[in-house]
Amino acid sequence: MTGIAVASIDFKGVVKRYADSAPTLPGLDLHIRDGEFMVLVGPSGCGKSTTLRMIAGLESVTAGELLIGDRKVNDVPPKDRDVAMVFQNYALYPHMTVFENMAFGLRVRKQPESQIRTSVEAAAETLGLADLLERKPGQLSGGQCQRVALGRAMVRDPQVFLFDEPLSNLDAELRVQMRASIGRLHREFGTTSVYVTHDQIEAMTLGSRIAILNGGELMQVGTPMELYGDPDNVFVAGFMGSPPMNILPVRNLGHALENRLMHVPREGLDRFGAELLVGVRPEALCPAAEAPAHWPRLSAPVEMVETLGAEMLVHLGQDDERLVARLPGLRALTPGESLTLAFDPAALYLFDARSRQRLREVRAAVVPQPELITP
Amino acid sequence: MSNSQVQGRPVAAELDLPYRERAQGVLRGALRDVLSWRFALLVFASLVVIYPLLWVVSLAFSGQQSLQLAQDTRDMGFWAQMAALVPLPEQWSLQNFRAVLTEQPFIRWLLNSLVVAGGTTVIGLVLSCTAAYAFSRFRFPGRNRGLMLFLVSQMFPAVLMLIPLYVIVVQWLGLGNSWLGLILVYAITALPFCVWMLKGYFDTLPYEIEESALLEGASRMTIFYRIILPLARPAIAVTGLFSFMTAWNEFILASIFMDDESLYTVPVGLRFFVSDYSSEWGYFAAGSIMVSVPVILLFLALQRFLVSGLSSGAVKG
Ligand SMILES: Nc1ncnc2c1ncn2[C@@H]1O[C@H](COP(=O)(O)OP(=O)(O)O)[C@@H](O)[C@H]1O
Ligand SMILES: [Mg+2]
Repeated sequence: MTGIAVASIDFKGVVKRYADSAPTLPGLDLHIRDGEFMVLVGPSGCGKSTTLRMIAGLESVTAGELLIGDRKVNDVPPKDRDVAMVFQNYALYPHMTVFENMAFGLRVRKQPESQIRTSVEAAAETLGLADLLERKPGQLSGGQCQRVALGRAMVRDPQVFLFDEPLSNLDAELRVQMRASIGRLHREFGTTSVYVTHDQIEAMTLGSRIAILNGGELMQVGTPMELYGDPDNVFVAGFMGSPPMNILPVRNLGHALENRLMHVPREGLDRFGAELLVGVRPEALCPAAEAPAHWPRLSAPVEMVETLGAEMLVHLGQDDERLVARLPGLRALTPGESLTLAFDPAALYLFDARSRQRLREVRAAVVPQPELITP
Repeated sequence: MSNSQVQGRPVAAELDLPYRERAQGVLRGALRDVLSWRFALLVFASLVVIYPLLWVVSLAFSGQQSLQLAQDTRDMGFWAQMAALVPLPEQWSLQNFRAVLTEQPFIRWLLNSLVVAGGTTVIGLVLSCTAAYAFSRFRFPGRNRGLMLFLVSQMFPAVLMLIPLYVIVVQWLGLGNSWLGLILVYAITALPFCVWMLKGYFDTLPYEIEESALLEGASRMTIFYRIILPLARPAIAVTGLFSFMTAWNEFILASIFMDDESLYTVPVGLRFFVSDYSSEWGYFAAGSIMVSVPVILLFLALQRFLVSGLSSGAVKG
C-alpha cells in the first residue's frame, strides 16, 4: 500500500456533532499534505482528538467529506483505512509480551510468521526494544511502553500515523527524548503524520506545519515560523511562543497609538477603528538605554522578576496593562521600581479589539525570515 | 571450617545485638497486637463460626450417628462438662465415609451435581460474558432498561419463582427429571448477577485497547476472544465460581424438579439421611464434608485469578 499511494488528508467542510449538543466541529476545512508532519494544537476540549479520531475512523463524520488520498473515507471502517494510531495511555495489550503486542496487527492480517518476526525485530532494533521483546507491558517503564506503542504502529507500515498526545504521560526529560525520536522517525520514513498536542513547544519542534484549533474552529495553519511571526489573530499570537505575546489595549489617535504605558507615533492608522489591541513579543523588548533613539519607549513598574540564568522574565505593569519582557539576566531589579523599555516599531502587531483579528498594515508583514546571504 | 563457625557463633550473636533488639521490638509489637481487643474480637468471632463446623467434622469422623452434646452432663463435674464441650469424637473412625460412599448412591449424586454445576457454569459464562460485553460496550435501545430489569429481578426472593419455573420447565418444556432442566434454570437465575459483575469489570478495561486493535484490523469477535476475555480472567473466575456454587448448593429447585433418586444432586440426597424415617447425622456430616471438598479445591485452583491486577500496566494516566 505504500510507495505510490498518496496519503494526503482532506477535511472538506467536516462537521462533527456528538448526540444533539452544539457541534464540536462546526465545519473544518484542512488540507494535510502527503508526507507532512501536521501538528494539531489547541487548548483542552477544542476538538483535536475528535479530528484525529475521525481520520482513524473511530468517530463518524456528521457532515462534509473526509478524504485520505483521493478516496472518500467517511464510511470506510477503521481497519480499511491503513492508518496507525499511538494513544496517550499507550493502549498496549497487557496480557501479551512486547513481541506479541507488535505482532498482533500483522497476525490478525494473516502475514506469514517468518515475515512477522523479521518486521518486529527490525522495528524493535530501531526503537531500542530488542532486549525487551519477552517482557509484558506491566514490566516496562512509561517511556518503554510508548516506544512499544510506536513500534506496533511502525511494523504495519501504514499510510498515515496518528498521535494523540503520546508524550503527555511521560516526565519532562523523557518527553524531550521521545520528541526527538519521533521527529527522527518521521524524517527517516516520511510517512504522513498527524500529531495532537496541547503543548506549543512540542508543536513548534515537531511540526512541518501546525494547525491551531480553538473551540472547534481552525484559527490558523502554517509553518511554526509563520505562526510565530505572522499570527492571524490574538489567539494564535497568544498561543505560540513562551511566554506568549503581550497584548495591550490601545486607543487609536489616527497618528499614534496610546495607552498609559506608551505613546507610539505611527502612520496609516486611519483605516482602523478607535479601539485596538497591540501585540509585542517579550523578546522584542529591550532596555531603553541600549535601543536606538527613535524606538518608542514604554515605562511601567516592575512587578516580579523570574530569573532564568542567562536571561530573565520581567513582569511589568498593573491591572489590564501588564506585560512580560525577556531581558538579558545581568541587572538587579527590585519590584516596584519603574523600568523603561524600548521596542522596534516594526515589531508591533495590531489587532481589532472586537473581532480580535490581525490588522495588517500596508507595509510588509514582520516575518522574521532567515537572512539571505547574498554576495 | 565448621570449627570456626561454631566458635564464631557467640561473637556473631553479640554483633547481632542491634538486630536482636529490633527482633524483640517486633515481637513486642506482635504481642501487643495479640493482646489488643481487636485481636480478641477476631478470635472470638472466628471461634463462633468454626465451632459448629468442628462438631460436624467431629461427628463425621466419630463413626456414630448422634451428637455427643446430647448426653446428659448435669451430674458431671465441671471439668467433665468442659470436656464434653470440646468437639472431639470418642474414637476416630472412617466408618461414616465408607458407608456413605458404598451403601448409599452418594457417588452417583456427586456426579449429578458435578454435571449440573459444570453445565451451569459453562452455559452461564457463555451467556453472561457475551451479554455483559454488549452491555458494557454498545449503546442500543433498551440497554439501560435491560440492566435495570436485571437488578429488579434480584430483589425478589428466589422461592417466588418456584411455581412459574415449575410450570415452564417441567410442564411446558418437559425438562423435569433431567440435567438440562436444572442447568438451564440455574444458569438463567445466576445470569443477572453474572452480567452485572462482568459488565462492571469490562467497564474498567480501557476503550483505547480495543480501538487500537480495531485499527490494526481485528474484528469485534477477535477483540472479544483475544483481548477482552484474557484480560477479564479474574472476573470470569469469580463469576464462574459463583455460578458453580449456585448450582452446587441449591436445594429447593433440585428437590422439586428431580423425582428419580438416581438423578438427585448432592444436597437433595443428603437431605434423605435425615428425614422423618431416618436420622443418620453421621452420614449427613460425612456427606457434607465431601460436598465441600470440590468447592474448596475450586477456590484453591482459582485463587491466583481471584487476585486481580492483570490489567495493570495496560494504561497509565
Ligand atoms: N464521545 C463523546 N460524546 C460527547 N461529547 C464528546 C465526546 N468526545 C468528545 N466530546 C466533546 O467534544 C469536545 C472536544 O473533545 P476532544 O476532541 O476530546 O478535545 P481535545 O482532544 O482537543 O481536548 C469536548 O467538549 C468534549 O466534551
Ligand atoms: Mg484529547
